[in-house]
Amino acid sequence: MTRVRFDPYLPIVGVIALILIWYVAVWYEVVDRVLLPSPSDTFRALWKGMTGGRLSFDFWRTVERTTLATLIAAAFAIPLGIFLGASEKVYRSVEFVIDFFRSTPASAMFPLFLVLFGVGDETKISVAAFGAALVILFNVAYGVMNARKTRLLAAKVMGASRLRVLTDVMLLESLPQTFVGLRNGVSLALVIVVVAEMFIGSTDGLGQRVFESQQLFAMPDMYAAIFAAGALGYGLNLLFLLIERRFVHWSGK
Amino acid sequence: MIAGLILPDAGEILFAGKPLRDIKFGYVFQNYREALFPWLRSIDNIEYPLRLMKLPKTERRARTRRLLAHLGVKIDLNCYPYELSGGQQQLVSIMRALVVEPEILFLDEPFSALDYEMTLFMRDQLQRIFVETGTTTVLVSHDLEEAVYLADRILLLSRRPASIADYVHYDAVRPRTDATLSEQHFVLVKAHCLDVFQREVRKV
Repeated sequence: MTRVRFDPYLPIVGVIALILIWYVAVWYEVVDRVLLPSPSDTFRALWKGMTGGRLSFDFWRTVERTTLATLIAAAFAIPLGIFLGASEKVYRSVEFVIDFFRSTPASAMFPLFLVLFGVGDETKISVAAFGAALVILFNVAYGVMNARKTRLLAAKVMGASRLRVLTDVMLLESLPQTFVGLRNGVSLALVIVVVAEMFIGSTDGLGQRVFESQQLFAMPDMYAAIFAAGALGYGLNLLFLLIERRFVHWSGK
Repeated sequence: MIAGLILPDAGEILFAGKPLRDIKFGYVFQNYREALFPWLRSIDNIEYPLRLMKLPKTERRARTRRLLAHLGVKIDLNCYPYELSGGQQQLVSIMRALVVEPEILFLDEPFSALDYEMTLFMRDQLQRIFVETGTTTVLVSHDLEEAVYLADRILLLSRRPASIADYVHYDAVRPRTDATLSEQHFVLVKAHCLDVFQREVRKV
């Protein structure tokens, strides 16, 4: 007798439950019809928006900004993180500064960056890159510092020079943690980009789409934009996970 | 100190009349999981020290193949270390230490992370390697039976600050087998070692 395996379908249960509750809420008008459109209206708006509508353009603008911000952040933070992490003393001496700015809400930096870069893409991208860079930096540095001592020792007793230990062992040892940093960094960059699109003179992007739909009381469009942003965040995280699994096959083993 | 990781306060260490820095070492760590490189396939792990010696690829492959044939090891070396069992990983570790054809093979509690069945198997593998290659081998162990079974010279160390408590000779013929474990001479030597050990432990 073969048993049907339901386990792979379990994640769908929550989705179906959410949509059902949503339908029930709309049906009994728990919330005002204007504030909460039905799921079908929302998904119709999402479909129309993403297939040739305005939403798809905004979606790709946000993708562009987030990607650029993450790339810039990684380009600065990874080499710097390796440099700082390679010597625990160096890292300890700048740790407070990094932790302080990592804890500072990046949104509090908007006015400063506005003065520096003006009202434009540069500001949005650079604030997002700034926030993401600190997260990546911190993770890379810790990845390098926490390289297994035995492994470093093993390379050393086999006669590896300091440089070889760094390139052959430390760098690879820090890769899993670097990917943790990249995943967190890209999530943070997306958050900052969306907020920036809402409030600092934007004409496009998902943040602007959500904000404008709300102003126009076009609720299905607003929910559609929110779902698009959610899908983007989820997709970016998944993308990095897949890349990680491909290149850091030993992670967690 | 023997591995050259800690410098002696005074005096020097000589092996066959040569100072330590001229001696080729093979080092096997207790924790094979943290000593092998998980990003390299087993074969590349074994060849890593040869790569550090800047040997060309063909020479590296040839040496590894020779060592493999010599030891008669049956492991798929294209696997990554985490795909192998604990014992197999430690065998890869030992091969990585042996591939440079060391003058001294240094093993730091190599079997303490393995289960008993694997430990017994690995003991015999190590003994075979020793008989085949004749490499001077230093084995750090907490297991008296293992120490006496494998070694010709047993150095018993006291508690911290460590000093030499006794230096025991045991010259039974090789290969030693399970039968050796119950021979009278073996039992006597082991009892003597245990005696010294207990005396040292009880000293406060």
